[in-house]
Amino acid sequence: MSDFENLSGNDKELQDFLMIEKQKAQVNAQIHEFNEICWEKCIGKPSTKLDHATETCLSNCVDRFIDTSLLITQRFAQMLQKRGGSGDL
Amino acid sequence: MSLANVDKSELMDQVKQQIAVANAQELLTQMTQKCFKKCVNKPGTSLDSSEQKCISMCMDRFMDSWNLISRTYGQRLQREQSKF
Repeated sequence: MSDFENLSGNDKELQDFLMIEKQKAQVNAQIHEFNEICWEKCIGKPSTKLDHATETCLSNCVDRFIDTSLLITQRFAQMLQKRGGSGDL
Repeated sequence: MSLANVDKSELMDQVKQQIAVANAQELLTQMTQKCFKKCVNKPGTSLDSSEQKCISMCMDRFMDSWNLISRTYGQRLQREQSKF
């Protein structure tokens, strides 16, 4: 996107447009990632429709993955803090 | 540097289109990998009819799953945003 940033220069409309499209693309990439992870966790043999249990599994999978990511980020920050400036992880 | 209005809207359309193409490519790649894994257990000399049937169901379920996850993630983003 940095080429675009140069190109868009001081054009506010174009800058806003690119920022929004970039955000949308990031959300989309995240959905692809979740789908890849949760498909493996929740889907058995493909059938004629997603049953209720599978739907619940998929949406829990997304929420718990986000929870896990938040928790690990938090704990990891604590880990770094505790070790202070000692330099090694 | 500023762009003429015509160039700008053309550029915007192009950006949108390229993103849509990239998105479709990602879906296609993942769908192929996941459904091959699910449906073709022992690759034979051709795709037999039960494998083909499995693949087309798998494609539909893949899209169902994608859409459900998109909704779930959207709801989560909204909940997180309303916390602030």
